Amino acid sequence: MKKFKGRIVTPGTVSAEAVVSTEGFNTLASFQMALQFGDKQVKCGDQNNADLYGKPLINKALCLPQTIGSTTGGLVLYCACAMKKNPACMLFANHIDSLAAAGAVLADVWVEDITMPVIDCLGDEFINYVKDGMKITIEEDGTVVVED
Amino acid sequence: MILTAEQQAILNGEKGETMAKVMKTLVMYGDAFEAEKLVPITSKYNHLVTSFGLKVMSPVYDLMQQILDADVASGQKFSVDPRPLDSNVPASFLQKFVFKNFMYTKQDFYEKQLHKLGLIDENAFTCACYMDEVGNKPKKGDVLSWAESSAVVYANSVLGARCNRNSGILDIMGSIVGYVPYFGLLTDEGRKATWVVKIETTKKPEAQLLGSAIGMKVMEDVPYVVGLDKWLGTELNDAACTYLKDFGAATASNGAVGLYHIENLTPEAKESGKDLIVEGAKEYIIDDAELERVKANYPVMWKNPDAKPKLCFMGCPHMSLEQLKTWTDKVEAALKENGNKKVLIPTVFTAAPKVLEAFNKTEYAARLKATGVITSYICPLMYMNNPLCKTMPVITSSNKLRTYTSARYYTDDEILTAITKGGK
Repeated sequence: MKKFKGRIVTPGTVSAEAVVSTEGFNTLASFQMALQFGDKQVKCGDQNNADLYGKPLINKALCLPQTIGSTTGGLVLYCACAMKKNPACMLFANHIDSLAAAGAVLADVWVEDITMPVIDCLGDEFINYVKDGMKITIEEDGTVVVED
Repeated sequence: MILTAEQQAILNGEKGETMAKVMKTLVMYGDAFEAEKLVPITSKYNHLVTSFGLKVMSPVYDLMQQILDADVASGQKFSVDPRPLDSNVPASFLQKFVFKNFMYTKQDFYEKQLHKLGLIDENAFTCACYMDEVGNKPKKGDVLSWAESSAVVYANSVLGARCNRNSGILDIMGSIVGYVPYFGLLTDEGRKATWVVKIETTKKPEAQLLGSAIGMKVMEDVPYVVGLDKWLGTELNDAACTYLKDFGAATASNGAVGLYHIENLTPEAKESGKDLIVEGAKEYIIDDAELERVKANYPVMWKNPDAKPKLCFMGCPHMSLEQLKTWTDKVEAALKENGNKKVLIPTVFTAAPKVLEAFNKTEYAARLKATGVITSYICPLMYMNNPLCKTMPVITSSNKLRTYTSARYYTDDEILTAITKGGK
């Protein structure tokens, strides 16, 4: 077990299984097909993401350095949240990028009954340590607990 | 964040609950980047990234309706990304059925919303709104609330305007309150380069390939590109602007670049030169081998990698007038050389409605039509955004289209050969 301390972007507590992207996470490419065609598992559709392509994202602890790609990314994340097809939480090794921040904030302000905690600035050590399938718990003060 | 009395009053709900939520969104967004204040938007027009009435995006249209119902839409008019459908573009019966009955069922509804929200006019649908023919061209130093990634990187880099890589919806929210959070690419510090990219190729690098390589390397950082002026010159003429349009779109979609500087060419690089580079900036050298390596690593998503292409898309982002004319000459000449009269693969060139209008007034339009190339205002990305296209062998020289769909990337020369001579 290891604990990591980052910065709370949107608050909340949650426990979920990790899915890890070691490279930039392209929100549009990852979510568009799954949302468009009602994939219940919300499998990652980004052909360029060797870590996540084809893996379910719904209710997972999505661990990533940052998001990349089209600036529809934030509204795609907002739609995923409004449709309750979002990850359980998003954990950024780096400072959050503008698209992910927009998506997280839009969901927090405009979607009722949604909690998707977002923590950033967790550091390279976090993204190097966490692996698919590990159990992630976010505590109230934003501490991220990673268990094998 | 320190707010003015007026901004605080809006946040406190003095202009209604919806306006307060819009302001709260912008404040929280700014807080995520330690923005100290909101600054006024100074551009004449806004530009929205969300142009498509996709059924799955219903939450977006519900939110837009809240804005309309609350009567808080701003007076700032806007252009918007391209329409997703055009009957001129070849599509099978099944594709047309899926587009109309399953995917874009909200298109008419959403376009009505856009008109009520302040769309400039019904032809203001393009990702390349900064073209002279379209007229949404910000001035140097203008503060924008745009979101379309290819337009943001162009406005920042080529026009010297100031805009962060905002997300869709945030674009209209900034316009509603008239302010955007002051951070990142709005600040002098945020516009400094943290990468120096040296171009050491033996020929003019393919714009879309070079942009892809740089985007994947620097991610969201600002690159200062040295050696490209050797190939583009030192003046922002039509050819250079067209090149930078395609180059920038690739940096923004294959990475997350919002601003680049080209030494001796783009406005801030001309003004400040190497003073734009931060101490300790990282270095990336690009030669012929590096571009080959990047291209060779693109995954091929076709079911049959040896399939004969069924469609070719050019114009993501939308083509410029200069590009349409140049390609008319190129296609004509290559067809003649190869002993063909019409293109051998159905080929669609996409451009803004107002650029197409201007093109259609030139003698080039009839010449291009005679080659069999179709022109359209469509968004190729939206056209391909469905499982039916996943098995369809589409070729393109757009790295943005390649990134988001199963379209296969080829260089401009390879595309020209494919459509005029045949083969892949």
